Amino acid sequence: MSIKVMTPGLLTSIQDLGRSGYQKYGVIVSGGMDSYSLRLANMLVGNEEGEAVLEITLVGPTLLLEEDILLAITGGDLSPTINGQPIPMGRPILVKQGSVLKFGVCQSGCRAYLAVRGGYNIPEVMGSKSTYIRAGIGGYQGRALLAGDVLLIKEPQTDLPLLVSLSKKLGSHSFAFTSWYVGKFYTSQKSQEYIIRVMPSSQFEFFTSDSREHFFQQAFKITTQSDRMGYRLAGPRLQLAEPLEMVSEAVALGTIQVPPDGNPIVLLADRQTVGGYPKIAQVAAVDNAYLAQVKPGETIRFQEISLAEAEGLYVAREKEMEQLKIAIQYHLL
Amino acid sequence: MNSVITNVGLEPKILPFGESAILIEFGPGIHPEIHHRVKVLTEYLDTYPLLGMIEYVSAFSSVTIFYNPLEIKKMHGERIEGQVPLSFNILAPLLREIIAKLGEGVDYTPRTVELPVCYGEEFGPDLEYVAEYNHLTVDEVIRIHASGQYLVYMIGFAPGFPYLGGMSEAITTPRRQSPRMSIPAGSVGIAGMQTGVYPIATPGGWQLIGNTPLKLFQPHNNPPSLLQSGDHIRFYPISRKEYEAYKGGRS
Repeated sequence: MSIKVMTPGLLTSIQDLGRSGYQKYGVIVSGGMDSYSLRLANMLVGNEEGEAVLEITLVGPTLLLEEDILLAITGGDLSPTINGQPIPMGRPILVKQGSVLKFGVCQSGCRAYLAVRGGYNIPEVMGSKSTYIRAGIGGYQGRALLAGDVLLIKEPQTDLPLLVSLSKKLGSHSFAFTSWYVGKFYTSQKSQEYIIRVMPSSQFEFFTSDSREHFFQQAFKITTQSDRMGYRLAGPRLQLAEPLEMVSEAVALGTIQVPPDGNPIVLLADRQTVGGYPKIAQVAAVDNAYLAQVKPGETIRFQEISLAEAEGLYVAREKEMEQLKIAIQYHLL
Repeated sequence: MNSVITNVGLEPKILPFGESAILIEFGPGIHPEIHHRVKVLTEYLDTYPLLGMIEYVSAFSSVTIFYNPLEIKKMHGERIEGQVPLSFNILAPLLREIIAKLGEGVDYTPRTVELPVCYGEEFGPDLEYVAEYNHLTVDEVIRIHASGQYLVYMIGFAPGFPYLGGMSEAITTPRRQSPRMSIPAGSVGIAGMQTGVYPIATPGGWQLIGNTPLKLFQPHNNPPSLLQSGDHIRFYPISRKEYEAYKGGRS
């Protein structure tokens, strides 16, 4: 089974849940920016949660499906169509061989995730299929997709009973989907400010009291110099009360560091493993997926939460995912 | 050769780093003794990985452990009247205990890795500048650089990139005014008080003095990085012929 890339879109790459265990050797984690949507896409086609999917950014690709394929699209709504007809997100869709899957206008969020039943046939490098573009490893030949690339799809190890009913529904149509769906994605809606919950870092107190106040009271805009490595923010300049002797140490997903120019940077999936800038705060893990859907030009506000609240949210999210998975599996069988 | 632990009595600072990581700070700065404690802890973690730990990153004077809070609670949390404590409150005392135990005598012997370097020519376009800047001859720069013993404080910035300590002040040189767009893999450079090797081609502003034919990063090797935190390294000069033999003989 295979998918042929007709046009690649702005930045379409293979991502899974990241490459962990190698940061001590300077190897970045990578992985899907919105890991929530990535996991959901896989669940919807009966894959393991961490299987590799396509991460599609802002301007989507045009793909030729060379076989009948069961797929699911989650995350940002980039107006997906099959042969020109809109298709819904958040549910399994059986698509007929020879159909063209095309993405259009970005309606909400900025990253969509495309999972296919069985998963893409991509070799693992250091335990992950994620693309690490700078080092040229993982994913499809270590790079973002280009026109003409052919993505092979693995043969699923088990049959999915749902396929029988979807095949019947398909008939002479080019696609068929289930009536049930998963509706909740943490994507941005137009003209709304996004609240990102953060914990002040251990260096928070070293910033001036004005900076500390502004950090929580004023809005920050995601600038166009933002990518998978980090979001550069524009807003009030944040200053240290006095110069701080910094020795580089580890940084994490969602670490907000402040370089000398005072414009904070939120570190994301392709962040470096270590950094030497002072850190003002740390994004709560559950909000990293949400943040990943905010587009350049949009604004965010930071809201303080405690470590206990953040951990509570994390535990609650994982329980929610577990329940979703059980419900989806019930419907797939 | 064993290092001496001089900070055994010092309590490390243990701080939360979000809900999924914990930071252990052994000291405020860059010292081989502080780094030794970093290395002793990470050697322990390599041998006895904590349940629920995803991975760790060691730096100049700190270790950060990334974990899954659910796993930590499941594996280590004892219920106190129906409540499972925060992962941080489970991990911090556990780590204190481990570190206290390790401080009492566990030692480790650093590896020494020798890196052949072809100094100068097109491999080291800034070698003459470094000599001029420090009022030395090119040969003196090479002799000083190759006679140093360096400690790998951490790996970061790029895969396999070593942050080294121990360079002689006699050859310190500021970074280039304008960085090069691309520096070939294996380039050996000087930036201020630091020296290091670029494992993969990258833009950079270091003064390039030579190139090693050894590969510092090989994604399909395990581990993928030739150098590791805590290693000692030594550079030794080789001729262009030897360089080419290395390149031809090993891939």
